[in-house]
Order: sequence, then C-alpha cells, then structure tokens
Amino acid sequence: MAGGLLDREIAFLDALRTAGLTVSLAEVLDATRAMGAIDLLDREALRAAYAACVLKRPAHRTTFDMLFDLWFPAVTGDPTQIEADLAGDGEPGEGEPLEPEAYRDALRDLLLDGDEEAMRRFARQVVQGLGRADTAPGRQSWFSYRVLRQLSPETLMASLLGAMLQGQDRGGLAEKVARQTIQERIKQFQEMVEAEVRRRLAEDRGTEQISKTAVQPLAEQVDFLRASRNDMAELRRQVFPLARRLATRLTARRRLGKTGKLDFRRTVRASLATGGVPLVTHHKPHKPHKPELVVLCDVSGSVAGFAHFTLMLAYALREQFTKVRAFAFIDTCDEVTDYFTPGGDVADALARMSSEAKLVWFDGHSDYGHSIEKFAEDYPEAVGPRTSLLILGDARNNYRATGAQTLKQLVQRSRHAYWLNPEPSAYWGSGDSATGAYEGLIEMVEVRNAVQLEDFVQRILPQ
Amino acid sequence: MLQPQFATVDDVQTRLGAAGYLADHAIATTVFLADRLGKPLLIEGPAGVGKTELAKSVSTATGSELIRLQCYEGLDEARALYEWNYKKQLLRIQASKDDDSWHDIHDDVFAEEFLMSRPLLTAIRNPNPTVLLIDETDKADVEVEGLLLEVLSDFQVTIPELGTIEATRRPLVFLTSNATRELSEALKRRCLYLHLDYPDAAREKAIVLSRVPEVAEQLADQLVRTVRALRALELKKSPSIAESIDWARTLVALGLDTLDEEAVKSTLGVVLKHASDHERAATQLKLN
Ligand SMILES: Nc1ncnc2c1ncn2[C@@H]1O[C@H](COP(=O)(O)OP(=O)(O)OP(=O)(O)O)[C@@H](O)[C@H]1O
Ligand SMILES: [Mg+2]
Repeated sequence: MAGGLLDREIAFLDALRTAGLTVSLAEVLDATRAMGAIDLLDREALRAAYAACVLKRPAHRTTFDMLFDLWFPAVTGDPTQIEADLAGDGEPGEGEPLEPEAYRDALRDLLLDGDEEAMRRFARQVVQGLGRADTAPGRQSWFSYRVLRQLSPETLMASLLGAMLQGQDRGGLAEKVARQTIQERIKQFQEMVEAEVRRRLAEDRGTEQISKTAVQPLAEQVDFLRASRNDMAELRRQVFPLARRLATRLTARRRLGKTGKLDFRRTVRASLATGGVPLVTHHKPHKPHKPELVVLCDVSGSVAGFAHFTLMLAYALREQFTKVRAFAFIDTCDEVTDYFTPGGDVADALARMSSEAKLVWFDGHSDYGHSIEKFAEDYPEAVGPRTSLLILGDARNNYRATGAQTLKQLVQRSRHAYWLNPEPSAYWGSGDSATGAYEGLIEMVEVRNAVQLEDFVQRILPQ
Repeated sequence: MLQPQFATVDDVQTRLGAAGYLADHAIATTVFLADRLGKPLLIEGPAGVGKTELAKSVSTATGSELIRLQCYEGLDEARALYEWNYKKQLLRIQASKDDDSWHDIHDDVFAEEFLMSRPLLTAIRNPNPTVLLIDETDKADVEVEGLLLEVLSDFQVTIPELGTIEATRRPLVFLTSNATRELSEALKRRCLYLHLDYPDAAREKAIVLSRVPEVAEQLADQLVRTVRALRALELKKSPSIAESIDWARTLVALGLDTLDEEAVKSTLGVVLKHASDHERAATQLKLN
C-alpha cells in the first residue's frame, strides 16, 4: 500500500473510533489485507471493503459513510472546473454559475428522472455556485442551508407530482406512491448537498476538524428530550429488535441459572439408549418468577417522546410479566392499558391515547401531585406486593404540590419501584424540578437515551 | 489451504448473475474478499432480503457443494459438529468376546466407523470445494457461538479419540442472522460483515423481472414503488424482496396488468402478513 494511502487509512480508522465505533486490531489487519486484494482506484469497492472489515453494526452506517466520504473524497477542488475540463468542448458558459431559477429547472428534471450520478454531479455544481458566503471580510465558508433555501426542493413537489402522475387520479394510491418516490429523491439530494459542503469545508479547514464537528450522535445515544421527529421514528423502529434482544438475553440468563428438579421419567427414558446407564440427566425447567408491571407516565409535551418509547418497550416485553398495566397523566391520571391490544398497532394506540384518555382536568400543565393522588384514589388495587412500579417523567411540576406522601405509600406497597427521569441528572432539582421532594422515597434513575434504557431494563427484569 | 474461487469483483458479479442472483457492487466486493482472505462472512439483515439465497448462489456459481447447518434453539455440539454412535458402540461391545482386552475394544469403538459427522465437521473434511452455510445463527443459543468461534478460527477440529482434523481445503463460510439478538463481539470480529438491506428501486425491479419474467416492465416498476411506499410506513413486518416477488407472481396469475387501488386492495394480503399492518396500510395509502 502506498504511504499516502496508509496514512489516510490510519486517520480514517481513528476518526471512526472518535465517533464511537469500536475497531479492533484484528479488524485493522483484515482491512490492510483487503486493501491488497482489491482495485484501490475503485472507490466503491474500497468503501465496501472497509465496511466489511470494520463496520459491524448497521446503526453506525451513516457515520461510517460520512467519514469515508470525507477521508476518501470522489473529487478534489472545484468540481465545475474538473467537469468543464472533462467535457472540454470549450463552449462559452460551460461550468459558469447559473441563475437560481435555472438551477431549479435543472433540479426539477433531475428529480423527475432520478439518476443518482447526475444528481450528485449537480449537487457539486450548485454548492460551488450557491453555497459560498463571506463570514468575515476576506473569509469564506460553505453552507448547505444557503443552497437548499435557494433551491427549496420541497416546493417543486406539486409540479413533480403533476409530471409523474400524468393525469392519473389525485388523492389516491397513485399520488401516495409518487409522493413517496419524490420525497426519497429529495432527501437523497439534500444529503448529497450536505456531503458536498462537508467536502469543501474539509478542503478549506482540514479533514480532521470537519470529521469531528460533523458527526451526529448515534441514534441510540440521542437524548429523548432533544430527539427530532426522524430520531423518534428511528427509535420506534428499534423498539421491537430491542425487546427481542432483551427477551432472548433473559431467557439465556434463566437457562444458565439454577436448573430445576431432576426429571426422572425423561432421564430413565434417555438411559435406555445407553443400556440403562443414565449418562445424561434431565431436569425440569426452572420456573422463573414473573412480576406485574405498572407504568405511570407523564405524557405532557416535552417528555412525550420518552414516555411513548418506554411504553412501547414495556408492551413489547409483556411476555416477561404476568400482567402489564399502564397509566398516563398530564395534570390528572387515566388508565391507558386497553389502548394497547396484543397485536395492535402501537403508533395508533399512542395517538388514540392522547386524544381519548382523560389526562387533563385543569390547565394541561404537568401536575404530579394531583396525578399521583388521583392514581392512588381511583386505582387502589393497582399496586400490590407483586408489583414493579415504574414512574416515567422529568418531575417538572410547575411548582405545584408533589404528592410525595402518597407516593411513599405506593412505593412501600410495591415490590420494587423506580423513577425514570429523561433529564440529565445535573439538572435535577433546578427550577421547577421537584426531584428533591421524592428523594429518598424512590430510586430515581437517569434514562436519557435508548442505551441507558436498555441498561436499566436489563438490570431490573425478572431473573 | 486457500484456493480462491473468484478472479475479480466483476467475476463475482457476473457469475452470481448467471446463477440468478443480482448482486450490487458492494455485495460482490464483500463476497470477493471473503473468498480471497478466506474469512467467514456474516450476513445480517431483515427477513427475506436474500441472505440465504446469496450463500446458495455462491455455491452454484462456483460449483461447490453446499453444506448447511440450520440453527435453532437447543442446537448443540452433537448436532453441529459430530457425535459418537452410542447404540452402535454398545452393540459392538456386547458382541465382543470375553478374551478381547478393553484396550482393543476401546480402539475399535472409537474409530471412524462409529463417528457420525455433522455439518461443521463434514465441511471441514470435504476435499472438494465447499460452501458452508450456517443459517439463522441468531436462533442458536449463545454457547454455539463459542463452538463456531473455535471451528472458524483455525478450521480444525480436535476429536480426543481420533486426534486433530484439519481442513485440507478451507470451505467458504457464510453465517446469516436476522439480528433477533446481537451476536457476540468476538464472533463478529472473526468474520467479515455484510448488512443486507432492501435494495434500491432499480435493483429490486431487476430482481422482480428476473424472477418473474412474465411481468411487464411497467407493472414491475409500479409494484416496486408501491412496496417502497409500504416500507416507509412504520409496519410491524415490512414487505421484503420475497414479498415483492410473490406479489408479482400473484398479479400475473390473476391477469392484472396495472396496480390500481382495486388491485392493491384485493392482493394486499400477499404482501402484508399482520392484520394491524393491513389496516394501517389501508388508511395511510387511502385504499378505502
Ligand atoms: N439479489 C437477489 N437476486 C435474486 N433473487 C433474490 C435476490 N435477493 C433476494 N432474492 C429472492 O428473495 C427470496 C428471499 O430470499 P432469502 O430466502 O435468501 O431471504 P433471507 O434473507 O434468507 O430471509 P430470512 O431471514 O427470512 O431467512 C429468495 O427466494 C430469492 O428468490
Ligand atoms: Mg434465510
């Protein structure tokens, strides 16, 4: 391998590690051997080879691709120059920047056609033409929002739909499908523009620096409180795999645990094959203890995303419990168990829960005191000695009464009780956070992201 | 011993294509490397995206024998690697004469004749080109991973009574997983890794056309775009390539040549298997 490439490889693998991927020595050696086997000028083969050797979790794909594009760019320098040179027919205007309207027309045709390579070339061209701005006298930088604002691809939707549907019925299936296709392409184009901006920035300021600033936290590490709609959708997709993973780990743990009593009949039957000598003993399965789970969760504004994710997980795990009951509150409390029928659609359940359950009685601002009192009063049988009680919320109580005494009784009646708080623990107790009032009554755990939630569930689930 | 089967990445792509498997550049490169470096390839991805089919197609393309270890809960060493045939051994011992020394009998009953070879051992001993498919690895218990690690690190198996058996010719190994549970880091480190996902629209269309040649190109195009719209909904079980193919076959069988609301409504069951997914798709795609 040439010296330059080797340096690049080391820097790239370093950047992956900085971004949170684990890359072992064995994998580095694989990558090095792989480089000796492929055509190094084939950039996509290079990408695939690195991915095969060091990228072993699909959740890390976006980060991997972004860093690969930065460390192994497809082109260097001003791309319009390169392409003009390549075309080289010397016509006037070639490679010259166009007016925004002309760019929009070109983009519309590209989105209709969907040719990826053409879209990528175009992205380079528009970033060159529209993406540069002065940040200070004599200093320039590159901005994707400048490009995307001037092109505003979303506003091309109506015209693209018209062209794609060619007189078919609007409002029905055909439109839905066409819309989906166009949205996919627009998103692809936006990502191409962003990648190109990162490439130009890296050329100006150094790849190392840009790789550090551009990396987004991995989905499982995104704070619930700061998650965008995309992040939430991604997290919802992870609920079922996560639940399955947890469930199998638990089953494995139970199997490895104490084996049950000797299964006499099976042992004797098996010994027949070995002339009556019981070479292998068989045991009855150990019967695991399964608790009841009661979830009481704040579903007001900012913490709703966290509550939804955790509720979905609780339901996905319901085989691990004898019974699961869920209660939601904002400033008053209502049971929402029945919205989650087995096999039903969880996203629908959440929507119905928000619109149908009675969660507000006064002003719709969180009131933990009233909600806890109401819960204890209306559902006195819900919490008993077999119950694991989970409270979800940030304890931001608008300086209202906390209901701490009632909560204390609930906790005492339960088998276990935990409070999951999606706020960083550094902020607990500041402003209107009522965590101080509950301190010592119940174990409060910081659960800011899916990784922390997984750890927590693993810790408390029945052994 | 390494004896690569493929000359170049393009060679992989061409020969897989001839075997009926349309691989993109990334898939072809990864298979090429697994073959070149002699490393097992772990293929992960959702159901029905062609994980198993890839391994099978590689065996067809290279004229290798396909040996398959299907994983399931409770799979153990005796089923995966080898087992002594107790019954036969017992018979042999009972048939022995009184003056046979135990030593002779021992050597006798722990001989080749009493050994039942299971897929892992069979693949290692096979002198001919072999593709070893360890299918649905995530279904097996964690202990099996330890066994795989051992066997796949040096491609040898030690049988205490017979000694160490080494591969004369390294099999090309594919492990598949639906990722219902995370496989151990150690196993992942030993393998090259390929995440197979739903293909892009162009490749999926090509797959549908190659598997169901009776379908018109226009219809295949519509079908693939509709399937993609379905995948964008948050469904419990997103339709896979297998479902796209089934759907195309169904439409052909029913003589439908365009995928309008009526056609989708009456055949959606082929694509979506859960009642709740069905309802969700119907509302979101405005089928009512
Ligand atoms: N690239 C491809 N070229 C041709 N056919 C394909 C391709 N990918 C998938 N298929 C088709 O899709 C079907 C499903 O693939 P396969 O059974 O290999 O899926 P799988 O990923 O192993 O699923 P599972 O996780 O359920 O075992 C195959 O029968 C095959 O016909
Ligand atoms: Mg399979």
